[in-house]
Amino acid sequence: MSPDVHKNSTTTASTNDDVLISVKDLHVWFELKKWGFSHVGWVRAVDNVNFELKRGESIAIVGESGCGKSSLMKTLLLLNRPHKGQVIFEGKDISNLKGKELKWYRSQVGYVQQDPYGALPPFMPVHRILDEPLVINGIKDKAEREKRIRNAMEEVALTPVDDFLHKYPHMLSGGQQQRVVIARAMILEPKLLVADEPVSMLDASVRVEILRLLRKLQEQHNLSVMYITHDLSTVRFFSERIFVMYAGKLVEQTHIEELLGNPLHPYTKALLTGTSVPDAANAKHLKHVPPGEPPSLVNPPPGCRFHPRCEHFIDGKCNVDEPPHFEPVAGHIVNCWLYEEGRTSYPAQ
Amino acid sequence: MNDNTLLNIEDLVLYFKTSIGDVQAVDHVSMELQKNKAVVILGESGCGKSSMAKAILRLLPRNVSKYSGKVIIDHLDVMTLDDEEFRSQVRWVKMSMVPQAAMNALNPVLRAGDQVAEPAMIHLGKEKEEALELAREMFQRVGVPVDFLTRYPFELSGGMRQRVAIAMALITSPQLVVLDEPTSALDLLTQANIMNVLKTIKWETGTSYILITHDIATSSELADEVAVMYAGQIVEVNDAESFFAEPLHPYSRRLMASVPRLYGTEEPDFIPGRPPSLLNPPTGCRFADRCNQRFAKCDEEPPTFIVDGHPVKCWLYEKDHSAVVNTTNSAAGDAS
Repeated sequence: MSPDVHKNSTTTASTNDDVLISVKDLHVWFELKKWGFSHVGWVRAVDNVNFELKRGESIAIVGESGCGKSSLMKTLLLLNRPHKGQVIFEGKDISNLKGKELKWYRSQVGYVQQDPYGALPPFMPVHRILDEPLVINGIKDKAEREKRIRNAMEEVALTPVDDFLHKYPHMLSGGQQQRVVIARAMILEPKLLVADEPVSMLDASVRVEILRLLRKLQEQHNLSVMYITHDLSTVRFFSERIFVMYAGKLVEQTHIEELLGNPLHPYTKALLTGTSVPDAANAKHLKHVPPGEPPSLVNPPPGCRFHPRCEHFIDGKCNVDEPPHFEPVAGHIVNCWLYEEGRTSYPAQ
Repeated sequence: MNDNTLLNIEDLVLYFKTSIGDVQAVDHVSMELQKNKAVVILGESGCGKSSMAKAILRLLPRNVSKYSGKVIIDHLDVMTLDDEEFRSQVRWVKMSMVPQAAMNALNPVLRAGDQVAEPAMIHLGKEKEEALELAREMFQRVGVPVDFLTRYPFELSGGMRQRVAIAMALITSPQLVVLDEPTSALDLLTQANIMNVLKTIKWETGTSYILITHDIATSSELADEVAVMYAGQIVEVNDAESFFAEPLHPYSRRLMASVPRLYGTEEPDFIPGRPPSLLNPPTGCRFADRCNQRFAKCDEEPPTFIVDGHPVKCWLYEKDHSAVVNTTNSAAGDAS
């Protein structure tokens, strides 16, 4: 791993050294107000989420828009503050960081945005885009900054470097823009990289190139990666574990091969059916997907939030009690009443 | 051209004028579409696929510098019509369009039902009540609850708005609907639901589709035929069975290899480089710079070869397939 400029990480003590970030009982709620002041309710974007992310590990979070995956991500970046619960980074609760400490934390976390063109300031050349994080984080030596900019650009294969240094974002192709975004995220040598749908705006022919680049960076720097996506066919690229999120809750957590081979939650199954693979036979039949749309997070359905769309819905159970964690297969956690102990029949795969 | 042919495009050209020269967005494109079939036009962004849709529907911006060729729909040569004739005889009567990001294409200050009914009033001359009744039927067909007729677009979710846009395109029962990236902004399950709607409509009403997309996996949900576009030209037309199993043009092959698959261990590959600028496209084969099968001949513009009935614009097929067709006059659609 590259030398770390920030030495605050020595505070790691109490918890397991391997764990980079741990999220406990996290709730991200947004207040709804009427006329700007009277409280009328909460948007429960993230509700009771728990997980640990180890150093060098990558987790994919899969879900549809509005399921809370971006709110979760923004909380990890401290763009949102948790409503309740804790985010512990290297043994330190970061949920209420301010000032210098917040700046330090942000330098530890890189962010790759979804839309590269929107994420880059249109009036800054590449050199300045990459220089800014270094200036902000107090690297005063100009030669040192120059060296790091060049290194970062070489790492993301924006070569020859001199050709790109003085270009503006609009002069670059989508793939090159995304490389600049990745270089900017990597330039402070973060420990965690949060990638929010990094390839969904790119053409099919360059998607794989960017995913490979991210995987290479992850391996070389022993980075932890949170990969957020709605496209299940790309998760295998660099994720070991995968979380499926629905309406603000994690509904299934397991390893990627296990999930693809043995999906348990009815929602996960629907996602897998819904993902197309190029095959002419697809045009011959309809897809079996649940009707309807994800619920409003202001007033989520009681019990299991998927129950109004679920074909295995058990009346009196799914619409009353919230399903807890079940672990029908070791290392495969699912929040669904179908897997309650004592139930004899699992639904057909 | 036989009786079953719905659309025949010959040598279609659409260039745009800019301060630094002409953008050759659609460059001598020919294809054919049968009744009740769906053709997918695949290509990367900037390859001219949306311009082609605009050229077919004559929804042209002001800076057109060249617009020529033949578009024959249902035995009517639309290029000979003037704008008013085209509007009254073709647009929305014979063919309609679901625009890109259709969910944002709705008028925010009109009720969804009124918007859907409007084409029926204008193009079919229906009274408002009749048109609204028709809109109600369309809502049911595309799976929107009928009480949404009186709602405004902002009260609908993205998937519902997309369905409304599809209902609007279908209300005049056109024979051909051009779908420009109809699901790319939507969620996975919503996307699958909309594809189901489009399939059902195709089976029940016999509509034909031109589906314009860059999403290869989703395109297979609807495709009977696939036309691959690269840098303003169609480089391959193939039927879906052969295309998704074994595409012919090197570009199509690499495009297929770049699709990440859900299952299987095969690692997808990417295509290095980027498409050429359409301002001054290279002479010779436009894909040559990114092609791993390039050879000396590729410096010349390839004609269209007919390989097992499928037109392919690539020199690789010169030897075994002597049936060379002149590019500018090709009957590319003879494949089907």
